[in-house]
Amino acid sequence: MTTQLIFEHSKRGRRGYRLPALDVPETTELPSSLMRDEIADEVEVSEVDVIRHFTRLSKLNVSIDAGLYPLGSCTMKHNPRLNEEIARTPGFALSHPLQPDHQVQGNLALLWHIERTLMEIFGMPRVTLQPVAGAHGELTGILMVHKALAKTGNARKYILIPDSAHGTNPASAAFAGYQIKELKSNSRGTVDIDTLAAAVTEDVAALMITVPNTLGVFETDIKKFADILHEKGAYLYCDGANLNSFVGIARPGDMGIDVIHSNLHKTFSTPHGGGGPGAGPVGVSQKLVPFLPTPTVEQREDGTYYLDHGHPDSIGRVRAFNGNFNVLVRALTYMRSMGPDGLRRIAQIAVLNANYIRARLRGSYHLPYDAPSLHEVVFSDKLQTAKDVHTLDIAKRLMDYGFHPPTIYFPLIVAGALMIEPTESEPKEELDAFCDAMIAIAKECEERPELVRSAPHTTPVRRLDEARAARQPVLRWKK
Amino acid sequence: MSLPDPRTDQHRYISNASQDVGEMLEVIGIDDIERLFDTIPGDVKLTELLNIPGPWSEIESRRWFRALAAKNLTAADHVSFLGGGAYLHYQPACIDQLLLRAEFLTSYTPYQPEVSQGTLQSIFEYQTHQCLLTGLDVANASLYDGSTGLCEAVLLAERVVRNRTKVVIAKSVHPQYTETVRTYVQNLGYEIVEVGWTNDGRIDTAALRDACTSDVFAVAIQSPNFLGVIEDYDTIAQIADAAGAVKIAVIAEATSLGILTPPGAHGFDIAVGEGQAWGVPTQYGGPFVGFMVVKDALKRHMPGRLVGETVDVDGKRAYVLTLATREQHIRRGKATSNICTNEALIALAANMYLSLMGKEGLREVGQQCLSKAAYLRGALQKVGSVILPFSGPVYNEFVVRTPFPAAEILADLEHAKILGGIPLGQFYDGHDNEFLVAVTELHTREHLDQFVAALTAAISRERR
Repeated sequence: MTTQLIFEHSKRGRRGYRLPALDVPETTELPSSLMRDEIADEVEVSEVDVIRHFTRLSKLNVSIDAGLYPLGSCTMKHNPRLNEEIARTPGFALSHPLQPDHQVQGNLALLWHIERTLMEIFGMPRVTLQPVAGAHGELTGILMVHKALAKTGNARKYILIPDSAHGTNPASAAFAGYQIKELKSNSRGTVDIDTLAAAVTEDVAALMITVPNTLGVFETDIKKFADILHEKGAYLYCDGANLNSFVGIARPGDMGIDVIHSNLHKTFSTPHGGGGPGAGPVGVSQKLVPFLPTPTVEQREDGTYYLDHGHPDSIGRVRAFNGNFNVLVRALTYMRSMGPDGLRRIAQIAVLNANYIRARLRGSYHLPYDAPSLHEVVFSDKLQTAKDVHTLDIAKRLMDYGFHPPTIYFPLIVAGALMIEPTESEPKEELDAFCDAMIAIAKECEERPELVRSAPHTTPVRRLDEARAARQPVLRWKK
Repeated sequence: MSLPDPRTDQHRYISNASQDVGEMLEVIGIDDIERLFDTIPGDVKLTELLNIPGPWSEIESRRWFRALAAKNLTAADHVSFLGGGAYLHYQPACIDQLLLRAEFLTSYTPYQPEVSQGTLQSIFEYQTHQCLLTGLDVANASLYDGSTGLCEAVLLAERVVRNRTKVVIAKSVHPQYTETVRTYVQNLGYEIVEVGWTNDGRIDTAALRDACTSDVFAVAIQSPNFLGVIEDYDTIAQIADAAGAVKIAVIAEATSLGILTPPGAHGFDIAVGEGQAWGVPTQYGGPFVGFMVVKDALKRHMPGRLVGETVDVDGKRAYVLTLATREQHIRRGKATSNICTNEALIALAANMYLSLMGKEGLREVGQQCLSKAAYLRGALQKVGSVILPFSGPVYNEFVVRTPFPAAEILADLEHAKILGGIPLGQFYDGHDNEFLVAVTELHTREHLDQFVAALTAAISRERR
């Protein structure tokens, strides 16, 4: 069955709302040149139509509530419903971003507390809560580095980025005004001290590195990286996308890291919502504190809170208003539910779960980098390509077994990568069912490769013609 | 503090308990979970627990967070006239219920289309609504908000009109949006030229003409603007065209599109703005949802995700992320934007709102806002010493001036349980006696009369 678009449900005269009757005279004071005609082709449907439509649409999605969603680097963990309930408290949900400080002491206290909690988690002296996504945090962080260096007279030219990095890293660095120099990974998938030392010239502003990296491998020399960079007056930026693997175990600030962003929708459980919203707070070392975006949240001696707009060296505002406040509410709720031991425990179990998958699938799939990994494990399709079955096929076949596929073809340094991150949420039985499915698929690749190549067979739609979508783009419905 | 024994303190969001851990460690071939962290050097490992509160039960969390929320004064127990880029409109009950469906709430970016058609089709519908409302051709899947949306629009314009260095932004664009643009472009070598307004509150077209030199790549205006005044799209478009600049229309009050003529009908190239007004709570400023809609010719310069229609191997209609070669995961340092995570769930809420309200409802919301604002303006004009300083046409928001500092007047209104407006002096020098007042369909005639009475009383108290 093809699912109709909401526009195709439309029937003249249907209605999905009622407003109170207008209790003031209807105005006609605007000149007609400013008024629009009726919105041609807009929808006319009932509330029943809307609820049926979106309920049916929802059934075409898989979700973390339905089972393991092992997208590497995305940290698809359980989203506690308490967080949703707290965020909907009218005192938070109905507060307005331009209210004066004395009217929103509850919000400001909440922001102050989440900043203190993140400062402790990061081991850093201040955190900005303004950025609303990881990439937004990256841009914020690199703009701070730029401003700090510019203040010393030379903003420098380059940001160093390992070849295993997320695409947002080079994109953010470019929008902050830098050129990119790529660092080649070594045979462990990490960065060699010598490679880094040779690359850090007087022109380099910062190294932007994901810890642990996108293979899940911890950069054991991270402190030495910091020393090399600091000696040359450069900064160490950490992409904290993978913080879930070491939260409560070690702290970025103690590693010499100058800037880190954390995706609250990953480590701190705020729901991904099909692509967003998120939040990307950024922690900084002491020397970058003057450059934080405005406003910051401060506490007076009498215990009251205020937004401080007066930082002369600030990079400025990175978004209107006060960040994704109601994502921050959810994240703080989670941090309090877990507490200090719970946060440490999520890292432990997330890493245990990933290593369990690694142990069980080893042999069935090729492990291109053998270095010990933390919260995720990257396999490749090397063993399966002999039968002309590829990563994409394996991913699609997993859907028939009821699982969302892992991240595929990333990191770019692994040909045919299958990047698996189970998170701490998954019980052993779910991990076993996933591993059993992966092993069964490996067997199918040997015995019935066509079955895998033509997968998926049981999903609402089968493989799509993506080339056609790009060649003749149809980006909206038309009557 | 020593580390607690995890065998005795099991957390409710983690399934695996000590028996599972033991069995799994055996398969891995180690005997201690700590061994998994051997690659983290000992000298950076914590030897103590983090110094943070918790773990809390749901009971304790509810108690603490609700106590904080209770410290805020909000529209929950006040009549609010606050706008300035965040508006309180009717929120149909079924939207939030539908948003809590796990298949929407707890799914990821739809990278695997076969198991994400719900999200993909909904984005396609959202894109269609945006096109219909703005009168433009191609909408993306969402941006963070209106302010960063304007940043992306400015960057897009520069990619299209190469080798120019200036962007003209009306002073009456939301001041925090312009501030955000300033932050975004600080290292890119562009100059921001601001153009003020005239007595009617509309952009000063003579000054705009002067500002539109041959090195200007874009002109950005907001309508209704931050003063609440509706701009004259045609005149602005003519001036920008003469300079060969990209025309950007900012919309901070999205419900205005239900009744006001859209920028696409007047030759604007980009409509960008804030979709919060489509039934999303004001929630202290976020999450909101930025929208961007462009002329077809600009689609390959678009930032962010796009969903397109295609077919599957059986010929069945289906939806997929497309034109991805613009994006950071493919183009890396040369992408059209660094955006990855967007505001998908809020865009879904907007899709639901626009579908429920539909053709008739969007017009009716607009008509009610317009009529109620006109009623309040009419009543205020009869109050001695209240001045409505701008004579231009307005939608649902306008500036009020009294002889007294806005902060004092508003403090007085607060005592009458009215959140009366936003002081303008924090954004513009010399406007300390003015504040912005926003009216929506949620206000009754009684609310509006209360506002007038409270303001009259406040002024007479100030006089004493």
